[in-house]
Amino acid sequence: MGLFILRRLAVMILTALCLTFIVFIMTNLYPNLEKLAKSQGNFRMSDEAVASYLETRGYLQPIPVKYAEWLGVIPSYRHTVEKDDGTVDVTGRCIYPGIAPEDSPNFCGILQGHWGYSTQFKEPASKIIGTRLALTGKLMMWVLITMIPVALIVGVVSGMREGSKTDRVLSTFSIATSATPEYVSGVVLIAVFASSAVGLKFFKGTATSAMESANWENFTLPVLTIGLYGIGYIARMTRASMAEVMTAQYIRTARLKGVSFRNIVVKHALRNALIAPFTIIMLQFPYLLNGVVITETLFNYKGFGWVLVQAAGNNDIELLLGVSVVSVFVVLVTQLVSDIGYVYLNPRISVS
Amino acid sequence: MEPLNGLEIFVRILGLLTPVWIALVVTFGLSITFKRKLGLYGKLFDSTVGMIGFAMVMFWVFTALFGGPLDMIVTHDVLQQVSGMKNKVPGTPLRGAEAGDYPYYLLGGDNLARDVFSRVIKGSWIVIKIAPFATLFAFMVGVTLGLPAGYYGGKLDTFLSFLANLILAFPVILLFYLLVTPEIVATGMPVYMAAVIFVMPVAFVMVLINSRYQVIPQKRNLYLSIAAVFGLWFYFSMISTPGTVIDFMPAWLDAKNMEPTILVIFVAVVFVNSPTIFRIVRGLTLDIKTRDYVAAAQTRGEGTWYIMLWEILPNARGPLIVDFCLRIGYTTILLGTLGFFGLGLSSESPDWGSTINEGRKLLSIYLHPALPPALSLLSLVLGLNLLADGLREESLRD
Repeated sequence: MGLFILRRLAVMILTALCLTFIVFIMTNLYPNLEKLAKSQGNFRMSDEAVASYLETRGYLQPIPVKYAEWLGVIPSYRHTVEKDDGTVDVTGRCIYPGIAPEDSPNFCGILQGHWGYSTQFKEPASKIIGTRLALTGKLMMWVLITMIPVALIVGVVSGMREGSKTDRVLSTFSIATSATPEYVSGVVLIAVFASSAVGLKFFKGTATSAMESANWENFTLPVLTIGLYGIGYIARMTRASMAEVMTAQYIRTARLKGVSFRNIVVKHALRNALIAPFTIIMLQFPYLLNGVVITETLFNYKGFGWVLVQAAGNNDIELLLGVSVVSVFVVLVTQLVSDIGYVYLNPRISVS
Repeated sequence: MEPLNGLEIFVRILGLLTPVWIALVVTFGLSITFKRKLGLYGKLFDSTVGMIGFAMVMFWVFTALFGGPLDMIVTHDVLQQVSGMKNKVPGTPLRGAEAGDYPYYLLGGDNLARDVFSRVIKGSWIVIKIAPFATLFAFMVGVTLGLPAGYYGGKLDTFLSFLANLILAFPVILLFYLLVTPEIVATGMPVYMAAVIFVMPVAFVMVLINSRYQVIPQKRNLYLSIAAVFGLWFYFSMISTPGTVIDFMPAWLDAKNMEPTILVIFVAVVFVNSPTIFRIVRGLTLDIKTRDYVAAAQTRGEGTWYIMLWEILPNARGPLIVDFCLRIGYTTILLGTLGFFGLGLSSESPDWGSTINEGRKLLSIYLHPALPPALSLLSLVLGLNLLADGLREESLRD
């Protein structure tokens, strides 16, 4: 088991390196750098001005060198300008305003805990990601609290009597929700519950105020929007797994022994039926992240997904890299947890 | 003129969709009459769920065909702005209508005073013309790579699986932002990716023919050269597009040009979809290659590509057909996502995602610009899901 986890960790790190390198290449293509220079400087910059802007900030070095600097394995770029009065002005990635060049560290990258500086928000990337991630964490927590019980109950109830009327109704519900992308369900929910045209106005159509104080009124719709899509999918998987377990021999034996239906479901079937949904729920995380981006944009909730859109839209290189590191990490860790959990839950599987 | 009430709007829309109803009735009539001779497709008409799904899908296919290239259902030009029609509610009479103009905005006007109904109909054509083909191409890529990965295993499998997991670990929206922004398009990256992706179907067909007729050289040479000429012509005219980085075909030879914007989203969607298909095909291959008929083919001394394409692939078709339907739905969702974030297509394009994005800004006051495209997308994807469910049920039955 230890070896298995070690090997998975090694693959994880390799994947994260490859992915960030791809993001690095894509964000450092010249047209993107030009856009960055023009949005930071001014939009009427000449080509020479753009080139010198990029040169002084070290953007024009070869991509592997820049990537290694970002990682923190080679010393960072420094730009030296000799001024007319003889003093030397040194600028560079690691040199913060107010700190003398001699005192600033040579290496500053991810390994040293330096996540870079956001050109869009004018703040350190780590700080932005931290605060935004906390906001998204709050959203996700409520999504999971509502989504998982509902999905499991729907799945188990419809799977325990396959083909019954309840099953038909619940299956239709779960197919319908898993066919509804967030930008459709969000729009429909806002239209029905928050618009003045329908007039119900139970909830608010934006979740901006939920960033400080989340309450029933401003947080229900975003949570529901993300949750609905996941509910359908997890419920369908739970239903399939439950239906399979209910046809197993030991269930028939229990039934012939005269165990009540309720006890069969709760004591015999449930535990075995929940192994598959556990993996599904873990592997759902990357898709939930997707839903988070759409929902946060739709409801103007400034969390992690919103930052991703802002960073990608403005080619904010270091922030975007930070965002990708975090999201890749989430994806890979959930995969690892689902694999390990699967082994523990299902004694028939072993990794060695 | 009086504005129309809800019932009148409904009746008028039903009337405008007459060609679609006729086509649907004809399709269903013919299919149900001959359902015993039509294989899996015919069996679909034994399942209620499958029929409902098929009806919803075909409704949109016919609407797109009649509304898009045939220009029959739409009442107004999708870009025409009529003054005084901004954000007007459904059923408002057209201001200053002349003879020959359709006298109403059936589903109201959007915030640029364009007809919502016509835009939804035209938008369906954009989805219907991209989603199935993008899914098909993603399948070609997934199958061409998944079969050898599952069959040979070893280093090739490790490498390809690693690549697939790499793409799957990306958040889809980040990938879209990295691939579809104008700056990236300017570097020609999507066109180069298209050059790689479009090779796959050509290679697939050629390997398919070669492995089948290897033992009959005359036939093989004939079929292979026909496929090569058409395949390469198709390939080069697909990738060579005026106005992009790759542009070398003389115009008289260049039969099919994809619009550059459509090419970009096509490539992005194929790229996002193919790793999942790769994994499915690989898993199926791993399972099927242990069967006796594969061992029999190996003993007969068949070539590996023959075994993969003519022994394994046909036996994996059940789950693949079901997944194909589901995946068209997923592709539709992805196209909507692209539109929702304003990526790829121009902002005035009538596709559903962009229209939802336009409409959502005023959603708390005006519902009618955003709701029709949202519900249309929902019904199409739901139809595809139900269709896949029906197919799964029927294919498991035998």
